[in-house]
Amino acid sequence: MSSKLANLASSIRQNRAFAGAVLMLLALFVLYNILHPRGFSSAVLIQNANESVAIVFVAMAQTIPVLLGGLDLSVGAVMTLSACIASVLVNGSPLQIIMGMVATLLAGTAFGFCNGLIVVYGRLQPIIATLATGAIAMGLALFIRPKPGGDVDGDLNWAVTNSLWDFVDTYGFFDPDAAWFAPVAWIPVPLLIILVFGAGVWLPFRRTVIGRTIYAIGSAEGAAYMSGLPINRAKIAAFTLAGFFAACGGLYLAIQTASGNADITQAGAYTLNSIAAVVLGGTSLLGGVGGALGSLIGALILRVISFYFRILSIDPLLQPLVEGLVLLAAVSLGAVRVFRIKNRLDLFR
Amino acid sequence: MTSAFSRLRPDDKPVVISAAFIVLILILGTVYTLATQGTAPLFSPNYLLQQLQTGAFLGIVAAGMMMVILLGHIDLSVPWTLTAAAMMATAVGGDMALPTGIAVGVAVGLINGLGVAYLRIPSMIFTLGVDSVMRGLMVWHTGGFAPQDQATPLMRFLAAEKLLGIPVAIFVWLFVSVVIVTILGRTAFGRSIYATGNREAAAYLSGIRTRWVIVGAFVISGVCAAIAGILLAGYSTKAYQGMGNAFLLPAIAAVVIGGTRILGGRGRYVGTVVGVTLIVLLNSVLSIMQMPEAGRQVIYGTVIVGMLLVYGRDKQLTA
Repeated sequence: MSSKLANLASSIRQNRAFAGAVLMLLALFVLYNILHPRGFSSAVLIQNANESVAIVFVAMAQTIPVLLGGLDLSVGAVMTLSACIASVLVNGSPLQIIMGMVATLLAGTAFGFCNGLIVVYGRLQPIIATLATGAIAMGLALFIRPKPGGDVDGDLNWAVTNSLWDFVDTYGFFDPDAAWFAPVAWIPVPLLIILVFGAGVWLPFRRTVIGRTIYAIGSAEGAAYMSGLPINRAKIAAFTLAGFFAACGGLYLAIQTASGNADITQAGAYTLNSIAAVVLGGTSLLGGVGGALGSLIGALILRVISFYFRILSIDPLLQPLVEGLVLLAAVSLGAVRVFRIKNRLDLFR
Repeated sequence: MTSAFSRLRPDDKPVVISAAFIVLILILGTVYTLATQGTAPLFSPNYLLQQLQTGAFLGIVAAGMMMVILLGHIDLSVPWTLTAAAMMATAVGGDMALPTGIAVGVAVGLINGLGVAYLRIPSMIFTLGVDSVMRGLMVWHTGGFAPQDQATPLMRFLAAEKLLGIPVAIFVWLFVSVVIVTILGRTAFGRSIYATGNREAAAYLSGIRTRWVIVGAFVISGVCAAIAGILLAGYSTKAYQGMGNAFLLPAIAAVVIGGTRILGGRGRYVGTVVGVTLIVLLNSVLSIMQMPEAGRQVIYGTVIVGMLLVYGRDKQLTA
């Protein structure tokens, strides 16, 4: 038991940034619920979870190229493209709906795969290659949805944006009032989606050779190559997985809003916020340190901060200013390292 | 042909190829207009000057952006620095309009530079934070509406009038270009930018005050964004929300198309000018063709990737 505690303690010490982010999120979220007139209720949790899914997925998507030491400026655009595809395909019979969702996810994944090919075989810097492919994704999204709108299955919209009780009730799998079901009936479906798709894909992936290679490339690409790791495959996989996560975000956004909207400004905002979330979650922009779960937490922190404006009577005009200051203050915490460094040459890594 | 191509110095390749591509764009556009309207407006001096006038705004932003990219950093605070400078300049008005706008640029550049150079926060995230703070300040200042203040006559003159038949904005761009070229080629500060961008530790060990070099480059970027903002406010007679949003990504694209390495340390200013011209002319030809926004975005992205695949590729990790 004590060795387990010691393990936990050392793992926290090794992931100080991640632990800090989790603590910050918990503190912010508990305080939010205390201040909220209907705090600690399932309804508030459902609403919050719904509004967080898209940015959480986009932030997780951004993490993987960042771990390589690169950056993917197309995640917001790929999310928008997927949302537009979903707004056309996800309706009709149950089989059509499922095929539509699969097609949406495949499209985003394929786009990420192309990003990977361009970066690896075109040998372009990720940041600039994805800046260009992001424009292409926005163009394709505009082809599909020149005007906002869409036709997404209403039952699906209701089922995945509410609690598990509503999910079971909508599709009539079994009696939602069954006694054994009661303890979990309040859990919001969006929260489960994040956990199943996010953690369920990321945690196993991180343990594969490809996953470890991504970390190795971010730390020292030359050393990773000399160790015989599959550099090219890992880079392609990283961008492909980023495309997949972005597509998950887009699919959910389309189902949640029952429409697709090829909005260039919105796509750009998602991309920039994803970078902020990645940094808040403790992933280094230099690569090699961090993880997608941290970005999940980072994205939730960003969202919770914006929830505060609803319950505190802050002038809405001040909202962008406060958000910006919080972001700046949060990233400035990372500067503590600078004042501990004794040899100034260590600064220039 | 191939031998002439391979004899090009690597630094010249981007410039030559982009210039050739500009000619190609003009020829394709002219073929289109000849086929549909029977005229060739693309090669008329007036048309080209008008395009360069609108290109001047992007050109000035890109000039500042290039300083920062040469260091291996990036300045994402350009959109709202530009907007803030324009809004402050129109709000103050009178003789103090220009100094106020430029002071905004200097202030933002100093904050960016201090954060990146002294606190060692990655520029990607720090300038992003500064951008949202500036946006917040401007939303607070204007109440979220378009400000009613008018641009001063001097701002109107600099952006929209003509001198000797040439738009004054082009002279402003020319002036900024001369200053940047002089800084990069003729001053110790300019050489320090290249050295710091190549390897900061080595530059530091050879006695360059690399932190001040970084601060200086960010200040130049801020000032350039401010000048562009003042001009744009003069061109459209007032400042408005989000006026800088359309400049960030094209500016980065123009710098990179011009052959500047995104990781820093290499690049020539003439490349940036050619890159800006390419993007501006591509946009104008596409709008002559009445290309819908969707097609524009796809073509735009394809051109950037295509150009870079020709000359912007990294060395292979192993030979």
